[in-house]
Amino acid sequence: MRRSKCIEAIYPELHDKLVVTIMGACAQELYDLGHCENFFYLQHAMGLASSIGLGLALNLPDEKVVVMDGDGSVLMNLGTLTTMARYQPSNLTHIIFDNGSLLSTGGFASHTTSGVTDLAAIAKGAGIKNVSAVSTPMDFVGAVADAFEGNELSVIVAKVEAVGPDHFGMDLKLPENAFRFERYIKERQRKL
Amino acid sequence: MTVSLDHSKAVYQGIKDAGIHFITALPETWLVYLLQMAEDDPEMCLIEVAKEEEAIGIAAGAYFAGQPNLLLMQNHGFLAAINGIVSLAMLYRVPLCMLIAHRGHMGEPYPWHTQGGIVTEPVLRGLGIPFDYARDPAKVGKQIREAHTYSLSSLSPVALLLSRDLMEG
Repeated sequence: MRRSKCIEAIYPELHDKLVVTIMGACAQELYDLGHCENFFYLQHAMGLASSIGLGLALNLPDEKVVVMDGDGSVLMNLGTLTTMARYQPSNLTHIIFDNGSLLSTGGFASHTTSGVTDLAAIAKGAGIKNVSAVSTPMDFVGAVADAFEGNELSVIVAKVEAVGPDHFGMDLKLPENAFRFERYIKERQRKL
Repeated sequence: MTVSLDHSKAVYQGIKDAGIHFITALPETWLVYLLQMAEDDPEMCLIEVAKEEEAIGIAAGAYFAGQPNLLLMQNHGFLAAINGIVSLAMLYRVPLCMLIAHRGHMGEPYPWHTQGGIVTEPVLRGLGIPFDYARDPAKVGKQIREAHTYSLSSLSPVALLLSRDLMEG
């Protein structure tokens, strides 16, 4: 299963949500489908995409928040799973694309490569009730649909191939992304 | 050596007067009364993290959500959060208002706090983070308001160092 295909499959469902991605391939693949003002790409600070999502979800209970994370990033901030479990924002969906690789920084094996470390088990052990582990596109789309329709904190660990785009680059300066994201939320909140 | 309840009340009142409704924190001895007050306050949302770098992400999310917020941490937590401060807050121009317990400085009896105490100010200077020391309970409220205002106008992390004089009274 390819991450780009997974993102493409759920892309139409992202327009009414707030989306935070990690750096590198994941950000690029979402951007290449067409940037929207409700997308924020965290191009550094590995591990904090889920924390940003948590801060958004806790403060915007009438919005649905989606985090697109990776195994390398989650491994840098495992505590985030425990904080999410403690505060349980019902409007947060945390997708972890597990390619077993630090793909965007040279393709080195991550701790999940051998299959010894099980991120879904870690999320469950952290206290998150709704955790699914998927490895086919159909299961992925189904798990995401359930998470978006449900009213419960959800973690979806999706096993994907360690394959990324052949190019990197966005016509979007990093602070510009932050400024526009913040303004977009402000305007959307005003209309609600 | 005890933490001053009265001075903690002055700090908490300063936080309230600054219009803050959301605090991200990691517990620490000098902050114990502040965290209790935040927990008991129905108007305040207190999120306790597992490690301080998480708090930088949560604060950024709160900022994007339009929620006036600040961070409470020990200086060692600030040191643990630096990559998030640099590569999220500073890189993306996201304001952060950090109230930092300045452990390990003059008067510190515990050896384990001392290295962090020694390097806190040089690290803040090295990162170009504006900071001030809060020493006087009569002035700390104004300092908190000013730090919060300045973080928003400068789109920068701003630190207020809570000193021994203030926290131990």
